[in-house]
Amino acid sequence: MSIWEYANPKKFLTTSEKVMPALWVSSAVLISAGLIWGFFFTPDDYRQGSTVKIIFLHVPSALMAINAWFMMLVASLVWVIRRHHVSALAARAAAPIGVVMTVIALITGAFWGQPMWGTWWAWDPRLTSFLVLFLFYLGYIALWEAIDNPDTAADLTSILCLVGSVFAVLSRYAVNFWNQGLHQGASLSLDEKENVHDAFSSPLYVCMAGFALLFLALVLYRTGTEIRARRIKALMARERLEA
Amino acid sequence: MIALLLRDLKLALRAGGGFGLGLAFFLIVTVMVPFSVGPQSELLSRIAPGVLWLGALLACLLSLDRLLALDWEDGSLDLLATAPLPLESIVTIKALAHWITTGLPLVLAAPVLGVLLNLPAPGFLWLVISLLLGTPALSVIGTFGAALTVGLKRGGLLMSLLVMPLYVPTLIFGSEVARRGAEDMAVQTPLLLLAGISAASIALLPFASAAVLRVNLR
Amino acid sequence: MTLIVTDLSVARGGIPVLEGVSFALEPGRALILRGPNGIGKTTLLRTVAGLQPPLKGRIAGAEDQIAYAAHSDGLKPTLTVAENLTFWASVFGRSGIEQALDSFDLQSLRDRHAGALSAGQKRRLGLSRMLVTDRPVWIMDEPTVSLDANSVAMFAAAIRRHLEQGGSALIATHIDLGLEAEVLDTGPHKAKPPEIDDFDGGFL
Repeated sequence: MSIWEYANPKKFLTTSEKVMPALWVSSAVLISAGLIWGFFFTPDDYRQGSTVKIIFLHVPSALMAINAWFMMLVASLVWVIRRHHVSALAARAAAPIGVVMTVIALITGAFWGQPMWGTWWAWDPRLTSFLVLFLFYLGYIALWEAIDNPDTAADLTSILCLVGSVFAVLSRYAVNFWNQGLHQGASLSLDEKENVHDAFSSPLYVCMAGFALLFLALVLYRTGTEIRARRIKALMARERLEA
Repeated sequence: MIALLLRDLKLALRAGGGFGLGLAFFLIVTVMVPFSVGPQSELLSRIAPGVLWLGALLACLLSLDRLLALDWEDGSLDLLATAPLPLESIVTIKALAHWITTGLPLVLAAPVLGVLLNLPAPGFLWLVISLLLGTPALSVIGTFGAALTVGLKRGGLLMSLLVMPLYVPTLIFGSEVARRGAEDMAVQTPLLLLAGISAASIALLPFASAAVLRVNLR
Repeated sequence: MTLIVTDLSVARGGIPVLEGVSFALEPGRALILRGPNGIGKTTLLRTVAGLQPPLKGRIAGAEDQIAYAAHSDGLKPTLTVAENLTFWASVFGRSGIEQALDSFDLQSLRDRHAGALSAGQKRRLGLSRMLVTDRPVWIMDEPTVSLDANSVAMFAAAIRRHLEQGGSALIATHIDLGLEAEVLDTGPHKAKPPEIDDFDGGFL
């Protein structure tokens, strides 16, 4: 038994269809439980009031935004090394989810930042690197969409993903450096480790687990869709071949 | 290899080669800035390093879509790929030719445009040095973007979308050097980081560009 | 150096077009590819030239032996005829373009810009590039397009000289060049669609 047997599209589809209902249900239960717990059964922060509770959406989505890119990187590597089509399609399927997570993180961040810092947006290193990550996602998706031949697109996007990852990390450090340069250390950074009280951390972990499962379910679902789309394309090409 | 470099330079200089277009674009962008932000010389001199860096970056970007697309259209790229040169050196030479015809003129023109924007006196040296160190990275990274989009019709816009995020670290460190230089602050750290990015890009990215080009050629 | 192709399958855009192609091309011999449009002659030539990987099969004796002439000639319109040829000669590490200019009657045009040439003259220039590469195996895709009868004869003579000097040529063409050449009909090698139930990693 090797995990590579799931690289067969048929095997992937049958297996993922079996596990997906469980994933959907458990992610829905965890997210709603975590959010209800977080919104209604935690105390207000003495400084931030109830505003702080947006953390239960903000942190899990930010986490997933980064993890989605990381998953794409791993899937791209698998495609480059082992040439499993499902892997390339999984990377393609994950990108739009990553974008949505990035946008949720940015928007909830803005909603949180407005009452806290008095501004919707600041060029804080963390915010800025998320914006740059968003741009990387856009480029990656645009490249997938622009190329007809699926194998060419898979090859080019995976190389872009590898190169992009290096530059994304570089940008993260560059942005850190750049803002210190501007603000002489007076930063708006949200230091979660210090801020989050125990009363908040448990529902936060529940939400994070829920988001992770939701992400997994969405990736499996979308990969299945991509596989079927490829299958249709292949069948149509076959028809042309026979004609 | 030298033959390829000389041919590319010759092509750039001949009619329709596009030499000087990037330079003219740089000039135009710089001239437009005071129209948009107002003529106060204090404001201009504060934003001059950043504006000049951004202008140089955009001028570089603008000339990238010709870098490989012309050779792709007339079939030279196919023939070069079957020639005894490895693709890695072909893309390196192409990037070098791009830098000589676009990057270097921008470096030389930047001080003149600095005068237009009231760049403070200590800034000129650091502006030139930062551009000299940073524009090779812009050319090499741009070559990667051009290789990614070479087979696409109207790939220019997509290429900008792909290349711009990759330009972020270079832009940040490059303009930081120029800005600190203009404000008479220590420039060593960003200068070293900028040089590091350039060196690493020149050393590693040609492999990615060649790999991408191989995919596009098949 | 003999070019040996064994059981080659080639794909265009991920779809197999030709399969089971085998031939051996010995020095001094020419092989003409025939077959209807769209069957995959260009794809086969590009694969043998090393521009794309084969789906299956082996190509031996191609490494650093091949000069490839595609549909487009890779000419720069703002360079002169002589400059274009000199460039390709130096890319292949050779010098001396006179023989190539003579063979295709380009001496009178040598200082003309390539952009000012007629289609046939451009083609002649593109073909003369093969001579300056000094490579033994010529792979040519429809080399006679837009050539007049006179130029076709010139081209055939150049091929004959190349073969006499121990070179070989693999040519996709519909014209009879008057060469003593074997003919490979690609028609029977058309790839058959795979089993419809074979839904594996390749999707096809």
